Amino acid sequence: MTRQRRTDQETAARMMADIEPAYTDQQAQVEADRCLYCFDAPCIMACPTGIDIPAFIKKIAVQNNRGAARTILSSNILGASCARVCPTTVLCEGACVLQDRDQKPIKIGRLQRYATDAVAGKEASLLEKPAAATGKKVAVIGGGPAGLGCAAEMARLGHAVTIFERRPEAGGLNTYGIAYYKLTPEVSLDEVEVVKSLGVEIRCGVEVGVDLPMADLQKDYDAVFLGVGLGHTYTLGIPGEDLPEVMEALAFIEEIHTQPLHEVAVGEHVVVIGCGNTAIDAVTQAKRLGATSATIVYRRGEKDMPAYAYEYEIAKADGCGFVFHAAPVEVLGESSVTGLKVIRTEPDAEGRARPVPGSESVIPCDMVIKALGQEKQVQMLQTLLPDLALDAKGRVVRDEKTGQTSVPGVFAGGDAANGGREVVNAVAEGKKAARGIHAALCGDAVEGPVQHTRVGVPGSKPVGSGLDRPVRVPEAEAEYYAAKGER
Amino acid sequence: MADLSINLAGIRSPNPFWVASAPPSNTAYQCHRAFEAGWGGVVWKTIGDPIVNVSSRYSSHNVGGMRMVGFNNIELISDRSIEVNFKEIKECKERWPDRAVIASLMTDTRENWHDMMKRARDAGADGVELNFGCPHGMCERGMGSAVGQNPDVIETIVGWVMEAAEIPVIVKLTPNITDITQPARAAKRAGADAISMINTINSVTQVDLDRLVPEPYVDGKSAHGGYCGPAVKPIALNMVHSCAADPDVQLPISGIGGIGNWRDAAEFIALGSTSVQVCTAIMHYGFRIVEDMIDGLSNYLDDKGMDSVNELCGKAVKVVDRWETLNLNYKRIASIDYDKCIGCNLCYVACEDGAHQAIALTEAGERGLGPGRLPGKPIPEIKDEECVGCNLCSIVCPVDQCITMVDVDTGKPPMTWKEYQEKLASGEMKPIPAHP
Repeated sequence: MTRQRRTDQETAARMMADIEPAYTDQQAQVEADRCLYCFDAPCIMACPTGIDIPAFIKKIAVQNNRGAARTILSSNILGASCARVCPTTVLCEGACVLQDRDQKPIKIGRLQRYATDAVAGKEASLLEKPAAATGKKVAVIGGGPAGLGCAAEMARLGHAVTIFERRPEAGGLNTYGIAYYKLTPEVSLDEVEVVKSLGVEIRCGVEVGVDLPMADLQKDYDAVFLGVGLGHTYTLGIPGEDLPEVMEALAFIEEIHTQPLHEVAVGEHVVVIGCGNTAIDAVTQAKRLGATSATIVYRRGEKDMPAYAYEYEIAKADGCGFVFHAAPVEVLGESSVTGLKVIRTEPDAEGRARPVPGSESVIPCDMVIKALGQEKQVQMLQTLLPDLALDAKGRVVRDEKTGQTSVPGVFAGGDAANGGREVVNAVAEGKKAARGIHAALCGDAVEGPVQHTRVGVPGSKPVGSGLDRPVRVPEAEAEYYAAKGER
Repeated sequence: MADLSINLAGIRSPNPFWVASAPPSNTAYQCHRAFEAGWGGVVWKTIGDPIVNVSSRYSSHNVGGMRMVGFNNIELISDRSIEVNFKEIKECKERWPDRAVIASLMTDTRENWHDMMKRARDAGADGVELNFGCPHGMCERGMGSAVGQNPDVIETIVGWVMEAAEIPVIVKLTPNITDITQPARAAKRAGADAISMINTINSVTQVDLDRLVPEPYVDGKSAHGGYCGPAVKPIALNMVHSCAADPDVQLPISGIGGIGNWRDAAEFIALGSTSVQVCTAIMHYGFRIVEDMIDGLSNYLDDKGMDSVNELCGKAVKVVDRWETLNLNYKRIASIDYDKCIGCNLCYVACEDGAHQAIALTEAGERGLGPGRLPGKPIPEIKDEECVGCNLCSIVCPVDQCITMVDVDTGKPPMTWKEYQEKLASGEMKPIPAHP
């Protein structure tokens, strides 16, 4: 039992192929024709980047794929990757009115992929030419979705933008950290090229604060955007955690994205600790790359898991195992992992998982993957900017609409500011911050794009303009009722 | 079970469903298949001097992924010999004595019409249909719609035909004319036994945007074709009704145009058709569709307590009247069922941009959340006082019975435009103020 290659090239390619294959022209037509073309459509409201979804779908229906792609990308520069990784069932598709008529929402994500695939490699030529140069320079720290979203919007507004990315490639989690069967690095890197083609300079392999003093950036640039994301996975703090076959989920996924698929080594029996979406990505890919068994260990119950229901379904369909109400106690093994000792848990009065004394057991395994969520980069941020205000959870405090932080000239968005949400939220926050920076540098407010001639309720939040307001999400509705004092 | 049998000017068939004169009625083989499937009659593909056809011949108007919403063709009449056609009619009639077999005819001179009438009778046809409608090819040679567009010529030719007629004569009319009642009256004057309508409508269905040539494509060119299929039904219903309601026509009608199911058929019958003819739907789905046409019509008649299809015939003719006879004091307005509304707001934008600005978008308010009612999302609300009852919102609403039109009591007695004019003239009432 050891961590080793367990598949061949052909099998790996098949197992890791698109989980949802691209639509053919006719499949896209049939699906697009189903769209009602709602006015003030809920799907637009549910999209953090406010893509005019009915408009792009109707363009697909009449075979104007280039126009469809332009509609998407002008709102969301990472439209191709979002088409693949967005939790559409709780965002746009979750808001589709057809759910209330015949329980079958429009497959918006797949249509978005169809439209963006149609222009893959030539997206930049689709977009409106950047505005006249403003002469302002903006530095973006972090080339992930937030940084790219911010940089693209800034470039289109006429600013000179430089992204500083510490890794060899930009794209962040899109390039390194999403299940391969959902998003390949190629799609992400294509998007990076589009951002570059807008005139954005991307300097990879440069870590601000290490290779380049923060003060230089503040001195040389008119504004700085922080899109640094999150840090390492939380540690378990249990014996055996430093054994060589214990690894972070994101490191495991990064290996998948930086090596030939069949060369990625996995254990024969893999245990993944945690039950979020990254845990699902890890357990399914371990299984697909040849592990005989791949099992999630989660200290709480099935209904408590943070993973989306459709992600859970993928893992079950892949034959992954689930051990609920079990907390890790010790990783067993002398020089390599032989098992994971767990203890059964029970919810206490507050619903927290409490270990039940004497209920220990051992799950034999030869590889342990930790998917416990990522830490905030508190120390790094405090070193970079001692005056930067962070909240109690370590998130960068910023104005939600403009991204402005407590430090003048410094703006923030994405996981570092929101604590860890979806790619699409990061893009939207980057975009909003770009507009905030633009307003701060040039005094101009930028809005939209929004659906033409739309009408909202006076006084309510703007709709479809990128203010994240997911609908058909239980929390959002609960929040609404709470505000109304109902229920 | 209701009696579906009909008698159209002496032509009897066990049900009102006839295969129209067209590609599906080209051969005895097809007619056998049609009768096996249950069709009550077949109008043979038009017989005349054999022609030469082109390739290709058909084209489609597709809407939102739905095929053949409209359909056209540039195929001419039968390309088989007159002898073979009449021989096969005879075979069919002998094998299916209870069904109607009608010979569709097209020729030119008085002698030729007499000859064709004799051959049709000798073949045992139950009747003939004179093709005065075909709008492509044959009309360029002075036949088909070239006849149907000229009431005087209709009268002359039908007169020739009637000289030799020993079996019922149906005159098939072209819709490519301003007033369908004029050729219908001409047929009546000349002694025709019945009329059928509509033949196909002049059309170009689509232009191929790559080679910039319409379909059907024939070696770099195309031609106007005859249009049919579901899209022509409203036009056909209008013409059937016009003839059914005209006191100077008063001939039995065989209705044609976009009929594909029992509901379409029932509508044609209600507006005055005795039989109905079907082509495009057969070309799309085959003869089997008649099974539900028979079943559905029968169930409908039973549900409505009608013993026979003849009871339905013409039932809706009288209520379709001149505009000036409509009640100006009748009012209906739209009403939204918020338990059904899914929040697409199509009603709002349709009314706002396309009609009368009588729907507001407002906060969900006391209605709270629910289908179509999301945080921060406005909902449509009818402005009762602005609503003119045009129906548009209820038409665009994608949910059945979500927006219904509700009668409003105006408290005023019925008044037609004619009566209004009289009252204005007599000074009994002042003009109704113009809409602001």
